[in-house]
Amino acid sequence: MTTQTESNCVNCPVHNAAHLKKLGVNMSDYDYLVALAGNPNTGKSTVFNSLTGLKQHTGNWPGKTVTRAEGGFEYDNSKFKIIDLPGTYSLLSTSKDEEVARNFILFGQPDVTVIVVDATRLERNLNLTLQVLEITDNAVLCLNLMDEAERNNVEVDARTLSKMLGIPVVPTSARTKEGIDNLLRSIKEVATGEYVCKPRKVKKMNRKYQRAVDTLVEDLNKNFTNLKNPRWIAMRLLEGDQSIINALEDGSLTAETEKTISENNKFVENR
Amino acid sequence: MNNVKEIVNKANVLRWELGENFHDSLIEAIYKEAETISKETVKFKGENYSFSLDRTIDKYVTSRLYGFPIMLILLALVFWITIIGANYPSQFLSTLLLDKLHPVLKDFALGVGAPFWLVGLLIDGGYLATVWVIAVMLPPMAIFFPLYTLLEDFGYLPRVAFNMDRLFKKVGAHGKQALTMSMGFGCNAAGVVAARVIDSPRERLIAIITNNFSLCNGRWPTQILIASIFVGALVPAQLAGIVSALAVVSVALLGVFLSLAVSWGLSRTVLQGEVSSFSLELPPYRPPRILQTIYTSLIDRTLIVLWRAVIFAFPAGLVIWSVANITIGGEPLASYIINFFDPVGILIGLNGIILLGFVIAIPANEIVIPTILMLTVLFTGSAAGHENGVLFELDSLKDTEQLLRLGGWTLLTAVNVMLFSLIHNPCSTTIYTIYKETGSLKWTLLSTFLPVGMGLMLTFFVAQIWRIFSG
Repeated sequence: MTTQTESNCVNCPVHNAAHLKKLGVNMSDYDYLVALAGNPNTGKSTVFNSLTGLKQHTGNWPGKTVTRAEGGFEYDNSKFKIIDLPGTYSLLSTSKDEEVARNFILFGQPDVTVIVVDATRLERNLNLTLQVLEITDNAVLCLNLMDEAERNNVEVDARTLSKMLGIPVVPTSARTKEGIDNLLRSIKEVATGEYVCKPRKVKKMNRKYQRAVDTLVEDLNKNFTNLKNPRWIAMRLLEGDQSIINALEDGSLTAETEKTISENNKFVENR
Repeated sequence: MNNVKEIVNKANVLRWELGENFHDSLIEAIYKEAETISKETVKFKGENYSFSLDRTIDKYVTSRLYGFPIMLILLALVFWITIIGANYPSQFLSTLLLDKLHPVLKDFALGVGAPFWLVGLLIDGGYLATVWVIAVMLPPMAIFFPLYTLLEDFGYLPRVAFNMDRLFKKVGAHGKQALTMSMGFGCNAAGVVAARVIDSPRERLIAIITNNFSLCNGRWPTQILIASIFVGALVPAQLAGIVSALAVVSVALLGVFLSLAVSWGLSRTVLQGEVSSFSLELPPYRPPRILQTIYTSLIDRTLIVLWRAVIFAFPAGLVIWSVANITIGGEPLASYIINFFDPVGILIGLNGIILLGFVIAIPANEIVIPTILMLTVLFTGSAAGHENGVLFELDSLKDTEQLLRLGGWTLLTAVNVMLFSLIHNPCSTTIYTIYKETGSLKWTLLSTFLPVGMGLMLTFFVAQIWRIFSG
């Protein structure tokens, strides 16, 4: 961390808030791509709105965001494009909304994936968090609904959590915009590489399984030069995921990684 | 690509070696990890108040005994507040925009020497239709949407879905259709898009086709207005509000019933198949942020819907004025159209004007009532106080009622307008959305014409039975 070289101003919310410029849907060019993932009903859309200044309708019910919403903001002279993915409980099943989220994190190549979790239901939310960390390295955990956690007498140790997960953890109450400035700073730090994530990978996996994955990864790398995430593809192949098999066969999976980011977005949309 | 085949084959062999439960062991590993981390980082101090409060509320609102009565009472309450509250601002707006501003504008335009047909087209046509839509729609929407949004924000809607789930499963549809149906109460196009949460294509189609039976934004004001005028008038004044509210609730419930019935029909004929199961998480209740909700629902929903109505109302006003003023062989064009629709209209307890109104309003259900009112004014003769195809001003429900009665409306007409407004084709936006979502002309046509057919049939039967009993 380079905090010593920066003045105290940087830690002041007023300073940071002044650095945020909400761009709405105007994002013709951008420096970094941010994906917003999380369980349903954790307030992703609210976080999205407070970052972009957009007024996407939010509602207290799961499944409100079916398609991706995108917006932009400028922070500290960098332009960010942010994609609000549909809420999912896991990335391991094959339902449509989960596919949108998974494909985007895998192939949309976001610079940062922000995982929004419900602080009052952390354990359940961590399942998705760990799955996201399996497929991407650069992530920020947004510990949302802190106001409710407080009301419910739930205390979360953000510092330990960050240490254990290996990514920045930012407590927020997006409904009242609390903590959004810290979230912005963490997004920026991860995007620029100022903060290097060392995400926790699930370890206690069956050794036989691990070996099987390794064998397939080796084969995949031999045959395809530019796979973005061979480990994940290997895991899906072991599960017999037909959509991944099809994508490999028709070449769309490999071609995918060569395309520009905006084209990737189309891929997700037209899926 | 042979390489791909080889890799896939290898994966299959490896999967065989790993045994069947490796997927479970992967999930298990993730769950264990999550548990470990949360044990280290989360502390619960003392009682979890709102969780137990949530449980208590849920015990009642999702109970088999109280669930549905509570739903109905809440729904009726929302409409009652809307109907009572909308009356005065509506009156104020129509006095201002119709009584006061319209003559001023017209005099001014004629004063600067604009030709009479241009003044007619723009001010008697476009302007009047637009402000009429505003006066009729703005007040009920400004009250209804914030109330609806508050319920949504509080977390009540998923409970409705929970209550309805059993019913939808019974008719062979997906339980999540309860959610898309609830979305439809806001906007059918949104409801159709929301059907993406349903994975099975069969059940998704059922949800899309039946979404139109959810009364949408554009149709609530029609229901509320007609119910206040005709149904409320049947009972003493102090009961009028609650009785009209109940009438609107009945129509909405009929919509829910039809949604279930049509789902049942579809899943037993053209869309047969298994019911898939799913889990629905009931989100925690959250204290709604009242001021913010009112603000965003005014900005997000009310103004957007109103704007949509206005941009459709202005051209509709131009069309209406034109068909009423362009004459062929001494008769206005509209007469021909209305005479053409009249026989069918009267047979089903409506009339030609109303049917023409529904046709003109295909782009936006919001303008059904203003269109019908304008056409009625133009065709009921001087008794209503109009001159030469110009609208006259209505400044209260009583005036609107008098006008409609002059146009030949009875209680039967009112009831059938409410029914037909519930059961007719979706608006053009929704039709287009259905086409985009299904990618199939066949299902789009079915979704469009099935409700029209049902609406014509139902109003026909109601009219016949009504006429038998009223002699």
